[in-house]
Amino acid sequence: MNSIIIDHRTGAQPVDGLDQHDAEALNRKDKREPLFAARKAIHPKDVSGQFRNLKWIIMLVTLGIYYITPWIRWDRGPFSPDQAVLLDLQHRRFYFFFLEIWPQEFYIVAALLIMSGFGLFIMTSAAGRVWCGYSCPQTVWTDLFIKVERLIQGDRNARIALDKAPWTASKLAKRGATYAIWLLIAMATGGAWIFYFADAPTLAWQFLTFDAPPVAYATVGVLTFTTFWLGGFMREQVCTYMCPWPRIQAAMTDENSLIVTYNDWRGEPRTKGKKRSAEAGVQGGDCVDCNACVAVCPAGIDIRDGQQLECISCALCIDACDSVMDKLGRDRGLISYTTLTNYNANMQAACGANGRITPSLVHDEGGRVKTSYRYFDWQVVFRARTLLYLAVWSALGLAIVWQLANRQMIDASLIPDRNPLYVQLSDGSIQNSFAVKISNRQPTPRLFTVTVDGFIDATLASAGLDDMGGQSVLLGIDANKLRDIRVQIRHPREGITAERTPFAIVIRDLAGGETTVLEGVFNAPPELAVSN
Amino acid sequence: MSEKHIDEATGTATTGHVWDGIRELDTPMPRWWVWVFIATVVWAAVYVVLYPAIPGLTSNTKGTLGWSSRGDVREQFETAKAAQATFRDRIAAASFDEIIAQDDLFQFAVSAGRSAFQVNCIQCHGTGAAGGPGFPNLQDDEWIWGGTIDDIAFTITHGIRNGGDEARDALMPSFGADELLDAASIENVSAYVLSLSGGAVEKGDATAGQTVFADNCASCHGENAEGLPEMGAPALNNAVWLYGGSQAELIAQINKPRHGVMPAWGPRLGDVTVKELATYVYSLGGAAR
Repeated sequence: MNSIIIDHRTGAQPVDGLDQHDAEALNRKDKREPLFAARKAIHPKDVSGQFRNLKWIIMLVTLGIYYITPWIRWDRGPFSPDQAVLLDLQHRRFYFFFLEIWPQEFYIVAALLIMSGFGLFIMTSAAGRVWCGYSCPQTVWTDLFIKVERLIQGDRNARIALDKAPWTASKLAKRGATYAIWLLIAMATGGAWIFYFADAPTLAWQFLTFDAPPVAYATVGVLTFTTFWLGGFMREQVCTYMCPWPRIQAAMTDENSLIVTYNDWRGEPRTKGKKRSAEAGVQGGDCVDCNACVAVCPAGIDIRDGQQLECISCALCIDACDSVMDKLGRDRGLISYTTLTNYNANMQAACGANGRITPSLVHDEGGRVKTSYRYFDWQVVFRARTLLYLAVWSALGLAIVWQLANRQMIDASLIPDRNPLYVQLSDGSIQNSFAVKISNRQPTPRLFTVTVDGFIDATLASAGLDDMGGQSVLLGIDANKLRDIRVQIRHPREGITAERTPFAIVIRDLAGGETTVLEGVFNAPPELAVSN
Repeated sequence: MSEKHIDEATGTATTGHVWDGIRELDTPMPRWWVWVFIATVVWAAVYVVLYPAIPGLTSNTKGTLGWSSRGDVREQFETAKAAQATFRDRIAAASFDEIIAQDDLFQFAVSAGRSAFQVNCIQCHGTGAAGGPGFPNLQDDEWIWGGTIDDIAFTITHGIRNGGDEARDALMPSFGADELLDAASIENVSAYVLSLSGGAVEKGDATAGQTVFADNCASCHGENAEGLPEMGAPALNNAVWLYGGSQAELIAQINKPRHGVMPAWGPRLGDVTVKELATYVYSLGGAAR
């Protein structure tokens, strides 16, 4: 680590007391080979700082939500499952805490997906690929896997050495232990997934006693494999080659988005230290070319080459550079989240008459960056574009809330019999038949009355159901069930004045008083309507 | 092109095809592609051994697994039957009152009955069970052979005028064709019968017809023409007419009656299906308990 490395470009010597990293930006533009080349392993170095801490917190929260959610209980009474979040595919019900979604309400899920999309738009237009850098599952699990790797095999240099080392027992043990822990994490990942689709404690027991349905084992198998493979071996290749999101997100940033940027207007020209450059008669920039930003990069790029499609905006290079700047007693933010607008303004101010970056224009006598330079205006997050996204996002959210708050707990439909349209009975009266479908969407069994309304002298009957005074029948429906009944509506010959007479069927919850009104049409023979 | 031409930019050989100076590269297949191809060949070889594959003149190879699509269907039928067995056992053991009283059993019987009806009954009674001229409407409340659910089950089981021992059987005399009544009497009695339900009388003397009715018809159709299910004699005092309700149609029927025939479904479908059919007909609303 502390060996003296002479920079091959400038021939400069490293700064005393500062780690010099022998790091190479593996995916740098001029290093890229045409078409296809086998992947070179990237060994990101450990780093600490505010963004690293933020990433740990986000990892803890997202993984915590993912692993724990299926185990949360939620009492819905004796007729419904008590799992807070349950996607019951078999019975076609989605439970989400106090909500129960039926298949016909699936548009709510579609609205949620659209909201997620707009959430991504907001994030991306505000601060670039923050989704990629902080909360994408690929990033989170890769981060966790690298942590495991680091704990067992050591940090960057140790891992590079181990990579090159022959297969000794110690290497075998280290690699084996790493893969074993990865596999455990991967299995837990696949395992947690299936608990969203069945009662978690029951399924866990079935799973362990080899009594679970084959699809459970298949799902766990597939997800274990993908987690292990994508997180352990594919890593940044998923983001660079497989994932379509980066390309879409790249199209959503603009000159006011906060992007992880190397501020070359204060970094260039790179030197190995002020003293040395002063001795050489050159005034250098803040970048000391220590390569810390390259060593920590999980995507294997050099941020100083500018914005690149491999960059997932994880900001670990900011942490790495800030700690170096702290040690040197210089201003933080040589690499920072900044907008293209700010960057361009700074660049213009930093360039002297010869059009070149002139450090004396940037730094004051103490070596600090002059206060006229701005790199981080968080206010640009609030601009027309993001506010518009936010408005659409909020409107959708409010629409969902409104829809859920006003939804009916009885869902019913009336389907007329078209073959025949009407039947003449022996006393001459006319009968129409209807299929009535009623869903009881409450978690308790309920009793309903089905009543014909707005049609004088009409009677309603349904074979097998108790009659309630000629115009109503009594109907019991189990908790969370749909029932399909057939009703007959009869009307005497006299009083039918039209071929089609509108009427209503009222469905009323006997206990709660909740009602639903269905509108229907009573058909009669044309000659009858004329004669009356 | 006898000599092998190597493309400069890629270092790959060309096929020798040239179009306007553009040469076709002879790029080798990607290795993964070749392996997938070989894997499919191996797969096919294994498949041919395990499954029915090679057609002959009258048959085909059966495969060592003994799988067939017909066997698959048979298995699905067995599974479906096994799944329905509990309900069907309960239906076999229950009376109609018990079937109707139990929601789940009633719903199953109606659904099963609807399916059986769509296969066996719609040819005469129509998909909506509304019948047609000569074929009774099963949605209304007029029942020639009795309208309780037990009567209906009996009719389905044994049928009508099909020569069976227990079949519903009764014939109306051909009053005109066999010269039991003269034309004027037939006209008069048709006028009387029509007047009972307020139908349009075009000719004949209803008062004279009343006497003819009492002497010749009341023994089967009842004194007030209310019908007699035991004899299969329909009520004549209401608005429902099997063979049409105009006076001409009535006269034709008295003259030389047509008689409907229905097969005995009991031996073909079995007791449980008959019960399901009767329950379905009951659910249409016109029958009585």
